[in-house]
Amino acid sequence: MSRTADASERPDEMPGAAGLAGAPVVSFDHVGLRYGTAPEVLKNLTFELEAGSFHFLTGPSGAGKTTLLKLIHVALRPTRGRIALFGRDTERLTRQELPALRRRIGMVFHDRRLLDHLNAFDNVALPLRLAGRKAGGYAGDVAELLAWVGLGEKMTAYPMTLSGGEQQRLAIARAVVGRPDLLIADEPTGDVDHDMAVRILRLFVELNRLGTTVLIATHDRELVARSGKPVLHIEHGELRLPADAAA
Amino acid sequence: MSGPRTAPSQRPAALLPAEDARDGALVFIVAVLCFLACLSVVAALAADRAAHGWRTELRGSATVVVRPGPDETADAAAARAAEALAAVSGVDEVEALEKDKAEQLLEPWIGRDALPEDLAIPRLVDVELNPERPATAAALDAALKAARVDATVDDHTMWLKDILRAAFLAQVAAVAIAALVAVAAGAVIAFATRAGLQARGDLVSVLHLAGAEDGYIAGLFQMRFARLAATAGLAGAGGAALVTALARLAGGGEGLTPVLPVAWSDLLPLLACPIVAGAIAAIAARLTALSLVRSMT
Repeated sequence: MSRTADASERPDEMPGAAGLAGAPVVSFDHVGLRYGTAPEVLKNLTFELEAGSFHFLTGPSGAGKTTLLKLIHVALRPTRGRIALFGRDTERLTRQELPALRRRIGMVFHDRRLLDHLNAFDNVALPLRLAGRKAGGYAGDVAELLAWVGLGEKMTAYPMTLSGGEQQRLAIARAVVGRPDLLIADEPTGDVDHDMAVRILRLFVELNRLGTTVLIATHDRELVARSGKPVLHIEHGELRLPADAAA
Repeated sequence: MSGPRTAPSQRPAALLPAEDARDGALVFIVAVLCFLACLSVVAALAADRAAHGWRTELRGSATVVVRPGPDETADAAAARAAEALAAVSGVDEVEALEKDKAEQLLEPWIGRDALPEDLAIPRLVDVELNPERPATAAALDAALKAARVDATVDDHTMWLKDILRAAFLAQVAAVAIAALVAVAAGAVIAFATRAGLQARGDLVSVLHLAGAEDGYIAGLFQMRFARLAATAGLAGAGGAALVTALARLAGGGEGLTPVLPVAWSDLLPLLACPIVAGAIAAIAARLTALSLVRSMT
């Protein structure tokens, strides 16, 4: 994969966030989350994702994978414990610091969250626009990435006219176009065929090779097995050894 | 990865899409508010102009009521009063009204036939004052006393106070209406912004989670509603200018609008309406959007 956004080009680097050298990109320390007075949906999670690592997040439906990703994206706040991103305690982040931190994270949402009034090109270019880059500077990168995910001929198509798989690829392209420091993806290959899933995995691996820390929530056991990457397995809100690993 | 493809040559699309039919209703409401605000401003200017005219007119003259003594005729007393007043500094012209003119003044109330022949009608002396340095009522009174004329000087002070108060109240009312309309316009924009943010919750959420600053998101709504309000302000000001022009063409101060004389110069302040409307909308939209976006995690 050729260059997308170079870190030195990004005007939005959070002061001090490049951080603490050697600090994990993601650090959960006895994190729990409950909604209201309901039982905890995530219980006592403690783990770290080192810079440049690649992990899969597996577990049955309802185990808490999406909730965990939302915590990493600071879309939710834990009710107990401590989460640190890039060495910064998220509880201590000011509201002004949060956008810059989020721009370092690429997120593939389970429900994609594409903007229907923007065409494929503008959807993918969104993170670059928010990072302050000019259209002339990113047009080539966006077009190249769209071509790579198989949407080169549909750059001016609107999401509503795309198939589920195409929308999924569009969401992935949007998440990776800024070459984020951390990529989190919620079932990114759920709606694509096997060949495209493998192709997308190669994209993630290449991104990881360029330095991005990657965490992918998936049900696709074959994809996990093919990659040979380590797995975080979650069940009933707790991190456990995967059943096959335990066996 | 395959070779680079050609990127669309178009400019990046607006992040906040062009809205639906609600925009038309909003523009209409704000245009009506701007129309009313502009008419209020025109009314305030006309009231000020009317008050100025009345003040000049009343301050430029005085009326002296002469009561003839037992040893002289009314005509003689009026003539002596006129002579005394003409010598006062600040008096330009003095005219002792004839008996017929005095009776004409009473006619509307008493009628010609009802006036008894022996009714002692006071004579009036009309005094035109120098507009630059008008004589005071006290100076006129002193001159009359010196000439031993029994007379009362009416410099219209009582009327002037009433007229100035009425004009002031008219101006305050017009400005208050304009301010109230501005606040109403701001409230309408705030309501529309809130509705717009809720209708575009998907967009706001994606921008928020993709790392857009609160101010950036608020700026989208700010620009959008500022443009809409400026357009509405232009339409409202145009309508008000048309009404003002028609009133002026229909006779101005001497025609349809004698109470509030309008002038062509009254159209100039209306030029600011689109800017003011846009600014009010921008502020209202920004504050509303910021408060809503800041309530997000």
